[in-house]
Amino acid sequence: MSAPVYNFAYLDEQTKRMIRRAILKAIAIPGYQVPFASREMPMPYGWGTGGVQVTASILGPEDVLKVIDQGSDDTTNAVSIRKFFTKTAGVRTTTSTLEATVIQTRHRIPETPLSETQVLVYQVPIPEPLRFLEPRETETRRMHALSEYGLMHVKLYEDIARHGHIATTYAYPVKVDERYVMDPSPIPKFDNPKLSDCPALQLFGAGREKRIYAIPPYTRVVSLDFEDHPFQPYRHDAQCELCGAADSYLDEVITDDRGSRMFVCSDTDYCETRRAMGYAAPARNSDAEPARD
Amino acid sequence: MYVAVKGGERAIENAHALLADVRRGDRAVPELSLAQIDNQLALGVDRVMCEGSLYDRELAALAIKQARGDMIEAIFLLRAYRTTLPRFGASEPVETADMNIRRRISATFKDLPGGQVLGPTFDYTHRLLDHALAQASEVPPAATASASEATFRSVTDLLADSSLIEAEDAQDGEVGDLTREPLSFPAGRDLRLQNLARGDEGFLLALGYSTQRGFGRNHPFAGEIRYGEVEVEFFAEDVGFAVPLGMVSLTECQMVNQFAGSGTQAPHFTRGYGLAFGQSERKTMAMALVDRALRARELGEETGAPAQDEEFVLSHSDNVQATGFVEHLKLPHYVDFQAELGLLRQLRAEFAERAADNQISDTPLQDAAE
Repeated sequence: MSAPVYNFAYLDEQTKRMIRRAILKAIAIPGYQVPFASREMPMPYGWGTGGVQVTASILGPEDVLKVIDQGSDDTTNAVSIRKFFTKTAGVRTTTSTLEATVIQTRHRIPETPLSETQVLVYQVPIPEPLRFLEPRETETRRMHALSEYGLMHVKLYEDIARHGHIATTYAYPVKVDERYVMDPSPIPKFDNPKLSDCPALQLFGAGREKRIYAIPPYTRVVSLDFEDHPFQPYRHDAQCELCGAADSYLDEVITDDRGSRMFVCSDTDYCETRRAMGYAAPARNSDAEPARD
Repeated sequence: MYVAVKGGERAIENAHALLADVRRGDRAVPELSLAQIDNQLALGVDRVMCEGSLYDRELAALAIKQARGDMIEAIFLLRAYRTTLPRFGASEPVETADMNIRRRISATFKDLPGGQVLGPTFDYTHRLLDHALAQASEVPPAATASASEATFRSVTDLLADSSLIEAEDAQDGEVGDLTREPLSFPAGRDLRLQNLARGDEGFLLALGYSTQRGFGRNHPFAGEIRYGEVEVEFFAEDVGFAVPLGMVSLTECQMVNQFAGSGTQAPHFTRGYGLAFGQSERKTMAMALVDRALRARELGEETGAPAQDEEFVLSHSDNVQATGFVEHLKLPHYVDFQAELGLLRQLRAEFAERAADNQISDTPLQDAAE
């Protein structure tokens, strides 16, 4: 048998057109989950097939692609997806947030603010924010159609009654453009404020669940909360021990078997860029700002 | 200085090289050829073609070899390859009544036109390990007879002649394809059957079994199971008639189930249907049981059993989807875990404060991981 020849970015043009139509519809109805005929991709469901299909459909030969997982360009899955597009599309790849035109991400939004010339593509495991409250798609679609979101507020209220806090720390539900409640994918709620009024187009792809949704540029996105329990992003109360950042989301790294740990930026590009600019590990009990004029 | 270790391109490349190495195994052992897999592991090839939704024995054999015999991995490989193929249309419905029969049995009639044709089957064998097979074997050719001229009319057609079984009317219009349009509920029977035909054999087997044990009970008879080759035709717009594309092997199962009827309709048997590539009897029988169970609402039966729940069955039958999502738990979840850790520490600190004030709550903390 002869070896198959694949189209640019793996998918055939017919499939790309179908996905682009779904993307356009998603942009026209911010936060609405558009069903699309998701394909089997050569990586498993749950490992980013939705994001990969969206990226494959919007990618052009001139694009510069960045792929991150957990904020890092070097995690196994990010490496694998980046290599997939290098192989099937031959596009230039980068780890620099500033340089990329398309950024595919799992579980994080880059710390560096995005611009109008960029598209952020999220990998989404469960697109339905109401899924854990109501398992049936037939029910949840009706609830969205009627804006019937009382159940979600009851859940958040029960959290407060039980724990004194809203016990959702990632995939924290948001309301897009005052209409649809949306799952921002499992980003930590620290990242939620970046969803709102973002200059870049944000696309969300869920392959196994066959849904695409979008936040168009400069759209208002509000994290659900109560007046007396306002939304609060969480961040470890520490500085990055490599670059001293006090504003970035931190990964906790266990450094030995005696429980020693250190905190480092989850966004590796942000951390490396800061170090290149001369920021360094904070001296204990002192300010990490480097001398600059 | 400790640097956070994450993945690493070289580690991945080495892992894949190691996989290739163990796939080949001991170099002193002759390497498997695709023809060997196709011929001697033919039922595995059948299953991979069926659940992989692609009829190509050579590619399915390649997938099994590449997957080291992991059938779901092989199905996954074939599905991913299928994605790259353009679709140019749907074939004409295949006519299983015209099948070149290799096997046809009925559990409802002792004898019937065409007769019972046992064909190659494990049925009635004693499941004793045959140690002679451990060595290369000399197998004499099996006895054959020239094909019977008899037409093998389907048992359900024979029953339909006297209106003893519900009529199955051909549906007009486009046939659905869930690989091209996302499934929504309620699904038409065409899409339900397509979903079941691609569905995991083990999942359907368990569901079908559950209906036999009383969860959505509906007493079935294996009206007929047939296996053989049928011709596939495609209607070519250019020439204005259907042209043959080739032959495929199929197994078809027609289950005959208990009665339906009403004040205006005489009682009659109902149907459950199963169809699969290759010789896949277990799969088609299970499929027919589940198909019938999914018709409970339509036939006005009591519902509530898992196999009768369309959304539950159709959403979880696909093993490529299922294995992907289960196995994605191997991917890093540092970021979410850190967020959970942060909240947990905060809650514990507050718990400790409350404990100090003697205000202990025993409500458990629950959250779903993704």
